[in-house]
Amino acid sequence: MARFIARRLAGMIAVLFAVSVIVFVVFMVLPKQNPAQSLAGKNATPLLVKNIEEEWGFDDPLPQQYLTMMEKVFTGELVQYEPRIPVSDQIIEGIPATFSLTIGAAIIWLFFGLLLGYLSAIRAGGWLDRILTGVSIAGISLPVFLLAPVLIYFFANKLEIFPNGQYVPFSEDPGEWLNHLILPWITLAVLSIGFYSRVLRSNMLDVMNEDYVRTARAKGLSERKVMTRHVLRNSLIPVITLFGLDFGATIAGTAIITEAIFSIDGVGRYAADAVGKFELPPIMGVALYGAFFVVLMNTIVDIVYAYLDPRVRLGESASA
Amino acid sequence: MPTESSAERGPWSLALRRFLRNRLAVAFLGLFVLIVVFVLAAPLWADHVAETGPNEEHTVEQITVDGEKKDVVTVEGTPIGPQWFGAGGKFFLGADSRLGRDEMVRLMYGGRTSLLVGISAALIATLLAIVLGLMAGYFGGWVDSLIARTLDTIWSLPVFLIGLSVGIALAVGGLDLGVVELSGGSLWIPILIISIFTVPYIARPIRGEVLALSEKEFVEAAVAQGAGPMRVMFSEILPNLASTVIVFFTLMIANSMLFEAGLSFLGAGVQPPNSSWGTMITVGVDLLKIQPLLAILPGLMIMLTVLSLNIVGDALRDALDPRGKARLDAALQFEAQSAATQPVGEARV
Amino acid sequence: MSEAPLLSVADLRVGFATEEGVVQAVDGVSFDLRPGEVLAIVGESGSGKSVTAQTLIGLTRANNARIEGSVKLGGDELTEASDAEMRRLRGERVAMIFQDPMTSFNPVYRLGDQIAEAIGAHRPDTSKAQKRERVVELFEAVGIPNAAQRADDYPHEFSGGMRQRAMIAMALALEPEVLIADEPTTALDVTIQAQILQLLEQLNRERNLATILITHDLGVVAEVADRVLVMYAGKVVEEGTLDEIFYDPQHPYTWGLLGSLTRIDRPRPHRLPQIAGSPPSLLDLPEGCPFRPRCPHEFSKCTQYPGLEARLPEASEHRDRCWLTPEEKQAKRVVEGQIGLEPPREARQA
Repeated sequence: MARFIARRLAGMIAVLFAVSVIVFVVFMVLPKQNPAQSLAGKNATPLLVKNIEEEWGFDDPLPQQYLTMMEKVFTGELVQYEPRIPVSDQIIEGIPATFSLTIGAAIIWLFFGLLLGYLSAIRAGGWLDRILTGVSIAGISLPVFLLAPVLIYFFANKLEIFPNGQYVPFSEDPGEWLNHLILPWITLAVLSIGFYSRVLRSNMLDVMNEDYVRTARAKGLSERKVMTRHVLRNSLIPVITLFGLDFGATIAGTAIITEAIFSIDGVGRYAADAVGKFELPPIMGVALYGAFFVVLMNTIVDIVYAYLDPRVRLGESASA
Repeated sequence: MPTESSAERGPWSLALRRFLRNRLAVAFLGLFVLIVVFVLAAPLWADHVAETGPNEEHTVEQITVDGEKKDVVTVEGTPIGPQWFGAGGKFFLGADSRLGRDEMVRLMYGGRTSLLVGISAALIATLLAIVLGLMAGYFGGWVDSLIARTLDTIWSLPVFLIGLSVGIALAVGGLDLGVVELSGGSLWIPILIISIFTVPYIARPIRGEVLALSEKEFVEAAVAQGAGPMRVMFSEILPNLASTVIVFFTLMIANSMLFEAGLSFLGAGVQPPNSSWGTMITVGVDLLKIQPLLAILPGLMIMLTVLSLNIVGDALRDALDPRGKARLDAALQFEAQSAATQPVGEARV
Repeated sequence: MSEAPLLSVADLRVGFATEEGVVQAVDGVSFDLRPGEVLAIVGESGSGKSVTAQTLIGLTRANNARIEGSVKLGGDELTEASDAEMRRLRGERVAMIFQDPMTSFNPVYRLGDQIAEAIGAHRPDTSKAQKRERVVELFEAVGIPNAAQRADDYPHEFSGGMRQRAMIAMALALEPEVLIADEPTTALDVTIQAQILQLLEQLNRERNLATILITHDLGVVAEVADRVLVMYAGKVVEEGTLDEIFYDPQHPYTWGLLGSLTRIDRPRPHRLPQIAGSPPSLLDLPEGCPFRPRCPHEFSKCTQYPGLEARLPEASEHRDRCWLTPEEKQAKRVVEGQIGLEPPREARQA
């Protein structure tokens, strides 16, 4: 097991390296215009552009440029230029909001997604299943940018039950913290509830057809035990790994649109604003932060999966 | 020996019949077709009914509604609401912002862009995925390792975020690869970004199937007859991938459209003067309190398109692989059915 | 010597409602199983043998299944038993093992734990230590070496043969009266097949364990069975003792099965003998005898559905479902010096 973990960690570092190279290439090498110009943003003065050129060493050979960039990232010197603040500070400031949003939504979507999926599967083919499947498909197709405005319009503007955005830190006022997060949580959760319920349903139906479930019944286990100890246990494994990946992606800032529409000052919002202002350094910073979290969660998921499924752990060649 | 045409017609016409039996799917296919017609009709509507283009501004103008004259955009900056046919079809859905553009026309033209980008990206991604999947699955070895690793790396990135970054970088600076040069506003940029980042989604299942198919006897037989790798991959294996490809392509269009909308909403996708449903939502969200339709309509269009594609894709999957559907009472029903419908004494697969 | 039968099946019918119509998988099957007897049920895929077996312990109960007839286990009518009662008897009174030991165990639990689970389901007061002891005991009884260590292994760490032994061990855990083995050797190598059959035969002998053995392979039957039931298209077409079936088979389908066995003690035939055609679709059965389309000896009477009757005066338990007279049968069944069907006809050109 330890060797497995070590291998995964090494893989993680390799991927992060690849990501940093991709970020470098995309931002510095590919664009037609002078990278210093890109970094400086839309409203840069020529002086600023010149300063940046010197700071970043765009005359140096490419590998040197890459190292300069990485150096800046790790020493916290990656700055946005208007106003001149370190990107890392901004990201750290945005983390509580993003984490509150993501973790809350994740709990909701996991709970309801699994519940609906389970109910669909045990009543497969019946009317409940059909309704729930319909709900799930609708959920999957409801993009955030439709749901969010609709929710805001009805619940915040018309009915005025919830506020229409902004984030209130928990330390400031727990009640308001909750109040402001409910609509965003629902927005983020709906899409995933649909997805997870279908995944669990599909897995459970597959597993229910497996021979070992028949064996379990044949040896006289109660239906409840068959469902929980055999069907659920085996169906949940892929779901848990999927959840890990999704959670990583969401923390990484895929909630960017939700944060933008609800004006939540998280990491995603920071990136969205930067996009609007065509500022590259914050986007680079967020991209690296995001990649880090995704890769971290991927690695954790791999390790957890190995723990849950002995075939992987003990080195059995599982087919992809 | 069955004649060639009946053997070929067999599975496909069976699948078609199964699909047609799914009335929900047929209905949504119809909806999708309607949407396509809707956006294709854009120039007709623009020229003959609304008499304006998607980007023409009418900020200080007035229109005649039932004899009365109304401002297209009020002094405070409020755009006019839906007029339906009150002004002969002009501003059918109202104006889109303080710029006074015709929302209906924009919705149609925006849809063209959204669909164009979505379908193109899905097409490119699918083609790439087929080639990569075939190579990886058939050749195996280091080719497979290389391709699979690359796909996994792309897949493990925060795809949207990186797509966003690339989108914005290229929107500002355009793309210069020496061989190919694209300006920042070119539609190719979002199309390429989306296709590259969504390739792994299809490529992995295809690779898996190719791996499985490569083990089968008909491949061995073809090789024994002297067929080269290209022949084997394209004449033997590829046709068997058809059903997977069809299902995934459909779902990919939906995915790509969502991706594009997300990028465009944030400003990193489709650039002005082009507009898509995604960019329209950006504008609409600002005016949510005053005129909610402006944000909701484009979002609704996206949702209906994506929903239709998802339902049709799902139904295609069921139609092309019916055994997946008979899951209700496990092995026994299957055994009964296979005994009933496939009178060949083979052991259960 | 007629002891009261342990298991008594009378006119069992099992039909499934499918999209295309009702599939009558089992159509009037009756047999008795005496204590300590090994009954083999033989047939091709789709003959209804597995469905019959699974119906005995209620595994086929479902919304789209119609089960009629009677299954009596020592006086209890099982077709009317509640789900809870069926659950209690599974494993405890009647145990079943399946074809593919690879997929019949849950891959994420240790083997020992899965057997302990079976014990715990029926004897909830057993302690962990007692269960463990029992598992080791069972492993030894079925011939798994290093029983104590192997109880902690996962299914994929066992070879196919060992896994099947473990399945058998699990089946014996609660000392059932009847063991049903559904194609226990089909997924195994030939050499391992022999070992497993030997094990089954040994268990039957030592514990007087009545066994129902389902298979499509007559070679397997010859090793262990006392009586044989031949099934086709959901019906029994012949039944008798092992000797009766092998030395005096009465039904053309049985001849086909026997004839298609390649034998070491005979010269190699010019062509591999086979039964022409394929089993019928259960949705579209021919009129009269179900074997008629494939039978080279069919004649006018075959459009009438034959009853299952003992047609030989000295063998009252040897029944078959064929209109041919015993003399005609004796004449027609020998082909090229051995029992079988006509040699296959030349394949027609397209």
